[in-house]
Amino acid sequence: MIRKITIDSAPMINVSNISFRYGDRTALSGVSFEVGAGEAFALLGPNGSGKTTLFRILSTLLAPQSGSASIDGLDVVSQRVGVRSRMGVVFQSPSLDVHLTVRENLTHAGHLYGLSGASLAERVSESLDAVRLANRADDRVKTLSGGMQRRVELAKCLLHHPRVLILDEPSTGLDPRARDEFWSLLNEARAQRNTTILVTTHLMDEADGCDRVAIFDRGKLVACDTPDALKRRIGGDCVTVDCADSSALSEEIAGRFADLKCTKVNGMVRIESPNASRLATDLLRDFGDRVRSVTIGRPTLHDVFIHETGHRFEDETREGDQ
Amino acid sequence: MNEREAPVARSRLLTPAWSLARREITRFLRQRSRIIGAVGTPLIFWLLFGGGIGSSFKVEQLGESYLEYSYPGAIASILLFTAIFSMISIIDDRSEGFMQGVLVAPVSRMAIVLGKVAGASVLAVGQAAIFLLLAPIAGLKPGLLEIVETFAAMILLSIAVCGLGFWIAWRMESTQGFHAVMNVVLMPMLALSGAFFPMSGASRAIVWLMRLNPMTYGVSLIRAALLGKGTDEATGLNVMTALGVTLAFTIVMLAFSIRAASREAKHALA
Repeated sequence: MIRKITIDSAPMINVSNISFRYGDRTALSGVSFEVGAGEAFALLGPNGSGKTTLFRILSTLLAPQSGSASIDGLDVVSQRVGVRSRMGVVFQSPSLDVHLTVRENLTHAGHLYGLSGASLAERVSESLDAVRLANRADDRVKTLSGGMQRRVELAKCLLHHPRVLILDEPSTGLDPRARDEFWSLLNEARAQRNTTILVTTHLMDEADGCDRVAIFDRGKLVACDTPDALKRRIGGDCVTVDCADSSALSEEIAGRFADLKCTKVNGMVRIESPNASRLATDLLRDFGDRVRSVTIGRPTLHDVFIHETGHRFEDETREGDQ
Repeated sequence: MNEREAPVARSRLLTPAWSLARREITRFLRQRSRIIGAVGTPLIFWLLFGGGIGSSFKVEQLGESYLEYSYPGAIASILLFTAIFSMISIIDDRSEGFMQGVLVAPVSRMAIVLGKVAGASVLAVGQAAIFLLLAPIAGLKPGLLEIVETFAAMILLSIAVCGLGFWIAWRMESTQGFHAVMNVVLMPMLALSGAFFPMSGASRAIVWLMRLNPMTYGVSLIRAALLGKGTDEATGLNVMTALGVTLAFTIVMLAFSIRAASREAKHALA
């Protein structure tokens, strides 16, 4: 699916040349991008890539040291109250009071956004319907499953009809079924009010479901485009060769097929090729006795990450902003 | 803070503060173990010390039993312990809990302080009120006026210590840090407040520390109110002095808390 992104009006989220350092460790360096109204946008990167720092800046909890960011035209530092009232934030760690009921949690959240009385009660029911939890409204949050608690978090952030929803690793701790459920509810909510969504994630398939993906590595934005466009950059498919000695084989392959780009990844040799099946046949013919398997794959975002950064997607906790 | 939305004071300050206070109370009532911690500890210490020290501790000139002498101090301990237990949760709550959602909402930072302090103060005074039922055991029989005055003093001191707890907790990055401050600052403040021994028998240095300690004035205020006297004999403080200093302590603690909460984070909170 290729969706053409047209940003005809002002962008809903604008990040302009943001840098942030913790002491002498750089968490973000010169990051810029725009997100249009109604778009679903993913910040994809391993732990320590800077995406959590950027999330904190956009959620108005941290001021950028240089550069600026705005949401719906309002600056996240100088106009943060306006930003806060237009935005819903879902944190990675739970922000519900488990001793309160679902309804009590939502009512409390509504009060924080200036809602009260009958109109708040109506919004609470509306939000609970949206996440299919109307029947658990009067149960204490601690009696709900992890997936349901996440849905309550989402309901809480939809109460005040935000124009932008930002979510930090929303799938953390969810099993695949709960994750799919969460995303289908999220997309439903988004369709209803043309809500802009920005999500940080380290999961390729989660990013793949978004309209556009910004790939982060070591504090830098290395690529930003639709998932399909990013994959097309690879210019073909990926051939992965599993063998005993990847270093030697990688060199030999590079020597033999000079125009191909060989990368060693995880003890395997990875080659991007516009004509992968032909290459696989050649490899089996020439090195067949030394390889365990040859796999041809359509490029994934993981391949894009390797293509753009030259190394595999891994946690860089030593540079980490967790 | 330059938004011009309709009834700003109500939607950004009062409603959120009221909601935060109510949440504090609801949450407490659903965690029975916290009641035991906040009332039980001072109660046990009061009874054990009162019974154990008994007559070996002579409160000279005062002509009281130790149970009676330390009774107002036990009330102050309950207020302080409740404040500590309520405020310590802020630290984890901010980085990975409930408070995260509050911080990204368009509420005034003052609402966070007022809501949290009001909720914790209601809990503190409520627990102290239960303890007040034990006054006859201490040999005290306060009249209606004394009870009303004692409540006023308890409310004031509870707001002060909750403000103090908020201010400390908000600046802490870990609960361990808070425990350290509790042991090094809060416990000595309680010990040197006249709650457990009068100024009259203490060394000069200790007397000075007691005079500099704002808790001393709060404890004196409660003792004077409870006994219906114009002067607290344990510290020699006039009730108006005690009231004035406690009031100033309360205002300063609230101001410090609001200032701390309003300051923008320079670093990631976690």
